Amino acid sequence: MSSEIINIENKTKFLDLYKENINLIRNGSPDYINKIREKAILVFEKLGIPDKKNENYKYTDLKKEFENGFKTYLSPKNIKFDIKDIFSCDVPDLNTKVILLLNGWYYDRENPLQELPGGVIIGSFQKAMEIYPELVKKHFAKYADIEKDGLVALNTAFVKDGIFLYVPKGVVVEKPIQIINVLMDEEEGFTSHRNLYILEENSQASVVVCDHTLSATNFLTNSVAEFYIGPNAQFDYSRIQNEHNGSKQVSHLFFHQERDSRVTDSTISLHGGLIRNNVSAHLNGEGCENNTYGLYLTDKGQHIDNFVFIDHAKPNCVSSQLFKGVLDDFATGAFNGRILVRKDAQKTQAYQANNNILLTDDVDIKTRPQLEIYADDVKCSHGATVGQLDENALFYLRARGIPKKEAKLLLMYAFAFEVIQKIKVPALKERITDLVEKRLRGELSRCNSCQMHCCNP
Amino acid sequence: MLSIKNLHANIDGKEILKGINLEVKEGEVHAIMGPNGSGKSTLASVLAGRDLFTVTEGKVTYLGHDLLELSPEERASEGIFLGFQYPIEIPGVSMVNFMKTALNEQRKHKGLEPLSSSDFLKHMREKKELVELDTNLTNRSVNEGFSGGEKKKNEIFQMAMLEPKLAILDETDSGLDIDALRIVANGVNKLKTPKNASIVITHYQRLLDYIIPDYVHVLYDGKIIKSGGKELAFELEEKGYDWLKKGVAV
Ligand SMILES: Nc1ncnc2c1ncn2[C@@H]1O[C@H](COP(=O)(O)OP(=O)(O)O)[C@@H](O)[C@H]1O
Ligand SMILES: [Mg+2]
Repeated sequence: MSSEIINIENKTKFLDLYKENINLIRNGSPDYINKIREKAILVFEKLGIPDKKNENYKYTDLKKEFENGFKTYLSPKNIKFDIKDIFSCDVPDLNTKVILLLNGWYYDRENPLQELPGGVIIGSFQKAMEIYPELVKKHFAKYADIEKDGLVALNTAFVKDGIFLYVPKGVVVEKPIQIINVLMDEEEGFTSHRNLYILEENSQASVVVCDHTLSATNFLTNSVAEFYIGPNAQFDYSRIQNEHNGSKQVSHLFFHQERDSRVTDSTISLHGGLIRNNVSAHLNGEGCENNTYGLYLTDKGQHIDNFVFIDHAKPNCVSSQLFKGVLDDFATGAFNGRILVRKDAQKTQAYQANNNILLTDDVDIKTRPQLEIYADDVKCSHGATVGQLDENALFYLRARGIPKKEAKLLLMYAFAFEVIQKIKVPALKERITDLVEKRLRGELSRCNSCQMHCCNP
Repeated sequence: MLSIKNLHANIDGKEILKGINLEVKEGEVHAIMGPNGSGKSTLASVLAGRDLFTVTEGKVTYLGHDLLELSPEERASEGIFLGFQYPIEIPGVSMVNFMKTALNEQRKHKGLEPLSSSDFLKHMREKKELVELDTNLTNRSVNEGFSGGEKKKNEIFQMAMLEPKLAILDETDSGLDIDALRIVANGVNKLKTPKNASIVITHYQRLLDYIIPDYVHVLYDGKIIKSGGKELAFELEEKGYDWLKKGVAV
């Protein structure tokens, strides 16, 4: 495996990088992908990297991050490590094998695609483009709109590898599939994986994703995932973000839901220097249910920005957003929840809540609901709160003998619990309960059992 | 046990307690009565350590400690229990976890080992029976969705769990029907020993049919304007507070 390390700084650098390495980038990708790639780089040239003048990015300064001079590699770099030796983030009782991405590349190069019972396929997106062109062609770049966001265009222009999951019609994958995104290198790295999940009609699956940094170097990630959720299919997607302060990430999730499908997407942001999560769901058939949840525990100058867009295109769909956060010690954050109810989407129910607890007065959160409703028979609600811990509750606990520090933890945990409660996989719920408790106590350094302590300086 | 001398307290510069004097000895039951807004809950809160109120003058001694120096949790661990007039709902904190944490923190304060899970559950079962608390309530979040009566019973249940030396019950009887009242009073009486004491704040003489006080005090405009035996409660029930107010220059 060759390794290509290139310094990148800003838009021009990305464009030069593309031009100078066009063969390497195109190499191994089918023509239909390379065509989309070419279109995407033109769009990127036009849009560039969003700055704070961009209405959708006004609370997160990405320009600064992208100018930082990270390095990227256009083919997988050979980094050897034994997963078991350094790290076990595995949640007990989840699916047999842990799927690993290392710096955005599928780790197991020997077995890039696996078939699970029922014809389920999981593995490397790069390999899937080659082996399953019909499947990929049908869905790739169909839901992630390159015209709306320069970063999505950038990811598409450089598309190489990531996760591919295919669940055929009527198949139920009983145990959750666990995916770990590991960042590890001696050099500051820019990664941009691309993921495609296809759930055919009546199928069911759940996926757990952990984002981790395993070396103390700085990282910048710009990832895109597209999800096709067929008629009456059911999909649970849970993410745990646990990266160190030198790690910055922008993720873009695009859910495309057909009639009667159900999606629950939960993101638990435990740690990370800068996290920007874009989640968009297009409810493209009647009777869809979409639940988008988030919990963020942010401190020590970290930044969290959740940007949600729920597009009610058809009647009789229900969407719920619940985002809760605890901010401490110079943390900053934003929540933007946009709900679009199109003219035909009668009988829509769309709910949104964002609740924040600020532990110190040096923190800052911006919360912004955006409702655009063009149908007349709809039920929509939104509410945002920004406040401190309930003093009355705190006194009540202390008056029973519980020390102040412990009482605060109980209340913070209780606050977070509303989101944790929504996680459906019991083993994962337990694990997250534990991680959140440790995080709130300040005892968490990466995943529990990890030997490295890169987030504690 | 408790000695309050010339206690003054204010909130946002507004004086609410204007020189309270009270002596409570082991084994005694004191009732505090008085019209709304006279400062009864404020007195209870100040004794429990609520920092919303500022003590500007006076001294409170409890079992030889300067009470005002202690944090609320230290006061609780030293045996002071406040039964809240308005118990707080805490969604997401289960009753079991709440009581287990409270009990074990108090034990830690006394240098005792935490209770084992089975001992804790046994202790909880006994106390639940004592106050006839519905089993389901302890599986819920603290006070969440409890009826008014259930909240009050839950206060007595917590008191039973924590076995305080000095219980201050702030209108634990209000809003209770006669059956609930009997259960609550019964709970209080069963927990009475020659070593502990209670201060029962109430509006109604009817509670004092069940919990017989040794002393009755009338609090009015931040001061105790009259003290007497239990017969004072009957007199108040009959005549109201006006005959007492007349003697006070406001
Ligand atoms: N949190 C508060 N902020 C401002 N004033 C208060 C507060 N709590 C009590 N007070 C005032 O203190 C006075 C006494 O109230 P309280 O102690 O509750 O009386 P009681 O319990 O005897 O009815 C009242 O005038 C009330 O308005
Ligand atoms: Mg009161």
